[in-house]
Amino acid sequence: MSIIVTKGSLDWAYPPLILGTTAAAMGVDVTLFFTFYGLEILKKKLDLQVTALGNAAMKMPLMGMHMAMPNIVNMLPGVDSGATVMMKNLIKKKGVASIEELRTAAIESDVRMIACQMTLDLFEYKKSDLIDGIEIGGAATYMENALKSDINLFI
Amino acid sequence: MADKTLDAKGLNCPLPILRAKKTLKEVPSGGTLEVLATDPGSVADFAAFCRTTGNELVESSNDGGVYRFVIKHVA
Repeated sequence: MSIIVTKGSLDWAYPPLILGTTAAAMGVDVTLFFTFYGLEILKKKLDLQVTALGNAAMKMPLMGMHMAMPNIVNMLPGVDSGATVMMKNLIKKKGVASIEELRTAAIESDVRMIACQMTLDLFEYKKSDLIDGIEIGGAATYMENALKSDINLFI
Repeated sequence: MADKTLDAKGLNCPLPILRAKKTLKEVPSGGTLEVLATDPGSVADFAAFCRTTGNELVESSNDGGVYRFVIKHVA
């Protein structure tokens, strides 16, 4: 299986890591190709945030209700970090794995992780900004792998 | 009595499966692993995990919200 990981917000970091680690646990060869904002997930120091801005479906549980906030509130300074803290608290409370935990599980289960060279250049990152145990590659590296995979996802 | 027990209570998807896979490596071939979980999604997931990996799901039961799975380490 291969997954192209293009998003680096706290919520969007979950699907590729959950599927990747679970597939590996089920004996599947897994390759994750991190490009554009997905590269955030490979940073040594993770600082993933979540935003409700422009996300009409994001409703957080609060005192038995579900709270959605208007965009005019979501755009205010501090609201994103508040939403991120709320989300992280929920993650902990519900026994959901942290991104760090899933990333470690991915490395331990031999999930092949490739960082996009072009994105590194574009956003001026160095390989040393990223965790160890990953490879650097480009579109052809991904394609070679995708052609051999039964499942190819874009997240 | 299982050869090994994994307490995955309070953990959410996909942690019970990931921990079970890891713990299964410590169980000799032919031995059994007992997994205790509280995630209702784990009922379908452990069945799928065993079907796909070739390990045998010997037991899948629910005792007051705690799910108990017994997996025979085959593959």
